[in-house]
Amino acid sequence: MPNNKTHKDPFYKSGTPWIWLNAGAVTISVIMVVGLLALIAVRGLGHFWPKTVYEIEYLNNDETVQVIGERVETEEVLKQRILESGIKVESDDELIKRSLIKVGNRDSLGVDFMLTVTPNEQKVTKPEDVLVLERTQWGNFYGFLKEIKSDNKVLSLYEDIKWQDLDERLNRVAELRERIEHIEKVEIGRINYQIEKLRLKQRGLEKDGVTNQEVFKPIEKARSEFNADYEVLKSELNSLYKEMSRDSITATIMGGKEVEVKLADIVKAYRPNTMNLLDKIFFYAKTFWGFITDDPREANTEGGIFPAIFGTVLTVLLMSVVVMPFGVIAAIYLREYAKQGFLTRLVRISVNNLAGVPSIVYGVFGLGFFVYIIGGTIDELFYSEALPSPTFGSGGLLWASLTLALLTVPVVIVATEEGLSRIPRAIREGSLALGATKAETLWRTILPMASPAIMTGLILSIARAAGEVAPLMLVGVVKLAPSLPLDGNAPFIHLERKFMHLGFHIYDVGFQSPNVEAARPLVYATALILVLVIVILNLAAIYTRNHLREKYKDLEQN
Amino acid sequence: MTEESSTSQLSVPEPLVFDQALWRRRSIKDIFARYLVGAGGIAVIGSIILIFLFLFMVVFPLFKGAAMYEVTNYSLKKVAADETLLYSIEEQAEIAMRLNNKGVVSFFNVDSGELIESKELVANNDVHISSWAHLDAEKNIVALGLNTGQVLIFKHEYASNYKDDKRTIVPTISFPLGEEPIDLEIGEQALTSLAISENEDGLTLFVHTESGARLVNFEKASSFLDEDEATLELTSQVQLPYVDTPIKALISPERDWLYLLNKEGALAYYDIRSKDEPIHIEDVSVLDEGSMPTTLEFLIGGISLLLADDLGNIHQLFLVRGEDGTRHLTSIRKFKSGSAKISSITTEQLRKGFLVTDTDGNISIFHTTADRHVITKNIIDKPLAHLGIAPRSNKIIAEDVSGQVHVWGLDSEHPEASMKSIWGKVWYESYPEPDYIWQSSSASSDFEPKFSLTPLTFGTFKAAFYAMLFAMPLAICGAIFTAYFMAPKMRGVVKPSIEIMAALPTVILGFLAGLWLAPYIELNLPGVFTVLLLVPLGIFVASYFWWRLPEFVTSQITDGWQAALLLPVVLFFAWASLALSPWLEQVLFDGNMRLWLTDTMGVGYDQRNALIIGITMGFAVIPIIFSISEDAVFSVPKHLSSGSLALGATPWQTLMRVVLPSASPGIFSATMIGLGRAVGETMIVLMATGNTPVMDFSIFEGMRTLSANVAVELPESEVDSTHFRVLFLASLVLFIFTFFFNTIAEVVRQRLREKYSSL
Repeated sequence: MPNNKTHKDPFYKSGTPWIWLNAGAVTISVIMVVGLLALIAVRGLGHFWPKTVYEIEYLNNDETVQVIGERVETEEVLKQRILESGIKVESDDELIKRSLIKVGNRDSLGVDFMLTVTPNEQKVTKPEDVLVLERTQWGNFYGFLKEIKSDNKVLSLYEDIKWQDLDERLNRVAELRERIEHIEKVEIGRINYQIEKLRLKQRGLEKDGVTNQEVFKPIEKARSEFNADYEVLKSELNSLYKEMSRDSITATIMGGKEVEVKLADIVKAYRPNTMNLLDKIFFYAKTFWGFITDDPREANTEGGIFPAIFGTVLTVLLMSVVVMPFGVIAAIYLREYAKQGFLTRLVRISVNNLAGVPSIVYGVFGLGFFVYIIGGTIDELFYSEALPSPTFGSGGLLWASLTLALLTVPVVIVATEEGLSRIPRAIREGSLALGATKAETLWRTILPMASPAIMTGLILSIARAAGEVAPLMLVGVVKLAPSLPLDGNAPFIHLERKFMHLGFHIYDVGFQSPNVEAARPLVYATALILVLVIVILNLAAIYTRNHLREKYKDLEQN
Repeated sequence: MTEESSTSQLSVPEPLVFDQALWRRRSIKDIFARYLVGAGGIAVIGSIILIFLFLFMVVFPLFKGAAMYEVTNYSLKKVAADETLLYSIEEQAEIAMRLNNKGVVSFFNVDSGELIESKELVANNDVHISSWAHLDAEKNIVALGLNTGQVLIFKHEYASNYKDDKRTIVPTISFPLGEEPIDLEIGEQALTSLAISENEDGLTLFVHTESGARLVNFEKASSFLDEDEATLELTSQVQLPYVDTPIKALISPERDWLYLLNKEGALAYYDIRSKDEPIHIEDVSVLDEGSMPTTLEFLIGGISLLLADDLGNIHQLFLVRGEDGTRHLTSIRKFKSGSAKISSITTEQLRKGFLVTDTDGNISIFHTTADRHVITKNIIDKPLAHLGIAPRSNKIIAEDVSGQVHVWGLDSEHPEASMKSIWGKVWYESYPEPDYIWQSSSASSDFEPKFSLTPLTFGTFKAAFYAMLFAMPLAICGAIFTAYFMAPKMRGVVKPSIEIMAALPTVILGFLAGLWLAPYIELNLPGVFTVLLLVPLGIFVASYFWWRLPEFVTSQITDGWQAALLLPVVLFFAWASLALSPWLEQVLFDGNMRLWLTDTMGVGYDQRNALIIGITMGFAVIPIIFSISEDAVFSVPKHLSSGSLALGATPWQTLMRVVLPSASPGIFSATMIGLGRAVGETMIVLMATGNTPVMDFSIFEGMRTLSANVAVELPESEVDSTHFRVLFLASLVLFIFTFFFNTIAEVVRQRLREKYSSL
């Protein structure tokens, strides 16, 4: 727009300040978007970087104590506020730096975090050999390795091979743990699944009034076989657990207390202060990979988020399978078959509006209609032997996907209709004039041309569905699902199972977990993964839309 | 397309062989596709409509009236002068109990009248019952006052036995204070009035005889060894200065209030928390002129009193704490059943409803919280005298004066719902005044559910208001600048990057708001307000400097890059305000603005408040408003603005006088869609507010919205209960709100499109 600014106009009258204020609104919006994404990225990615561990001689109420930990955050606070909170501090500055130190060792210290004020930090060092342990419970450990024990005997090792020996022993434990997990999850899981199936079969027969004990014999036999298998696995498990608890270490933590840590409890051990940049990058990649491929631990506050990623992707996939054909058919009906008049206009407005109906309303509908009415009926008809415990009569993968499909079907309809309306009339008429039937015209000409628009609609709906949490809270998402909805037991996909979800994971860990402070970095990382998934999907949608426009342009020119 | 030229190019066509079979196959396919698409399309559109219908279907029973239908009637075998005192029905509504004035308890089948068991409690012929009292049904305790100055207390209980999948219910009678009547040591004089109350600490009786009224107290003396072996010991007997014979006496369940109703309708109440020194508070008369009292009953829970008169009125009263801390018996509501004399009141056992019988033979059912007259049904053309209702409120047993027993079924699922109880101010029990309150459940069974959607709707609009307050200026001004002033190159980057905000999951925004923004703002409160002031000021100053700069500097940069130039300005002023925050706090607010707000201004401060919601939800709404308004401004035909500029108007004048008026319907529609989204947003409000249903518009207080409420409570609510249906009503309300806003927006947008296409 040409801006014929003339300096003859008085500043105010020319409207210049208003234009600039409008420009400011854009600037602020952009800053907020970029700032938000940067905040998530920095906090989410920073979580996996091995941080320097400090040893601080800290003056705590006239008493010098040793503090070992990572500096999480530093902020500037008024001196008065610090004094008000009952901390003695001597400084001439009005503003004082306060740091949040992650000291870990929740089992020994009771807390994960400590606040320090900089003037009271008398001496800060970065000890070379400080050891950080990620444990299966009680969070992180910070301390100095003292000795390694095997079968309760202290090994006398030279300093230089101590660390190597520890690594070897940890690798052994990791292998054992993998084997145990395999047995517990896959093999015992399979047996439990079969036994439960037998139980239901028996109950179904009893319900049908079968009293002939002969009928139950094969069930009993199969059950005892499974139980025998189970016993074998159990004894193997026991010996593996015994093997695993062979080694331990003793170490001193802050304050000089000596503690013993079983190697079986250690997930990862590292010495961040000895790492060089390459080590750190390698460690970072490994931790990040672990984060997206591992199961959560300690009430979701530690470990990975694999089941949540898996649940999110599977729900969205199932949703796409449902939403795509139905959305497209509805759009074709509206645009190509239905008589265009007041009624279709009304329907079109309603469909448009439904895209703006709050998602929670769909969740309410899903719970009331899918879960209680349809699911309840299915249970009564086909799974009556399992009642009163519901099979399809409580939230699950299928109902969540259907709810999401209903939520996103307007998006697909609108996008497809737009695609259909962009196709010039001449193409339809040409096809019909050549003798093709309406169905052939649609199938061979119109749909291929509209396919990019359909894809855009689908991707937009996937992006929306992946970020929805509120409706899922009502129809089947849980904080911790015992098993994935996809496994090796026939029929392989278990549509009635409850599942985990990235978005709900964020809500749950960030707001419902007992130790929010410790879990916070993990939530940032989870949020980052979710944002990445959604941004990628959206960029794909934008790219497809541009592609469609290019194609449309070509057509017009011909 | 030119058809002639294309045909002329064709070479001589080969003769077409018309393949009949192929043609038929193709037409069948065509018809099949037509039906498939038709069916599929209608099914999808139908299922969308189903959402609305389904929500409505679930909500509908809330406002459906109750129904009563006759099951049977029969007459019970009686001896001469056998008069019924009390009917009671057990949980499964199979067995009823009848107590008569001879002290005979008989259990009989409700549906057939067949006697199952009967027991004479008073064997001696000289002893008869002169007064009686009973405790609410869950306890099933009845006290009988005898003409010998003694009291007999018994309990009727029902045990269910299962044998061969068949249930049999066995009634039993037990005597918690012994089978022998308790002697109150007042000599042989008839007890003319009696009241009883019992809780885990002990038991209190009120007795009235010719020689006056007295309060008798028993405390539980628990044995050291076994809690169950606790025995009751008489601890005090106090004479009350009350002369009349009360028509009804009641003691509250916690044994701290005594109510006495006399023949003139004066209701006297005593504070008996100190058992040795009962304090007479006052006498109240609430009856209308010329009417006489008939009976007095507790509503379930023992807080409200129901006082009936002979003109068909029932008054609800309870103790209301005044401003000075003292409690006064206050008339809360008045119900009217008809004009006949009310003969008895029976209260429902699981909710705050009650039934009355009158001398015209009607049964009327009311619900107190909902202030609702549920139903009136004429049973028979004779006066009704006694009434019993099953605990689940599904069966009623009534006796008329001729001794005929009528059994009626009752279908009254949701008497507690009415327009008034859901949207209006309701005076709940123990509250000082009528109020809007949402409190759906509690641990105790005699809890009065408070289903007012008003505070939730208020919260919803409060959240939406602050969000729009934040979002509208930024989004609309931004859209105007982007569409009208911004350099096309920059627009290509800015528009998609703001639009991508729309795809950010709100759960992430909510999480950041709750865990990062809320604590940050709490710490830097003055800074946040300084940002609001300093950043616009900074932009203004920057624009002035730019304007004053000599031409050769400004001409280096083409117009339409102001937004980029402002980047450092905005960042600097924002940083400066936040850095100033602690100093400002020190100087202006004594170092703690939060405390200052609470102490000096008297404004409460929640960490997760409407300010946080406004910013975060505003952030979620900005891209929607921005995107649609930008489209509206951008698609204003270029010849309009060019014409205006050519006539010598400045760009700003052109914008204000030409472009904006044409684009304003589009901007309005964008605002409506944004509002619709803000109203329905769930995760942000769930995570970034305290979720307390308060009605306070303060920016520093939190709120609870309809959507968050549904998300929190629906998974735990019992299917088809009133609570469940009210939550569905909440979602229906949300649905209607958003549908309304979106329809307006859509209609306006379509009009606009038509207008542009004609220009």
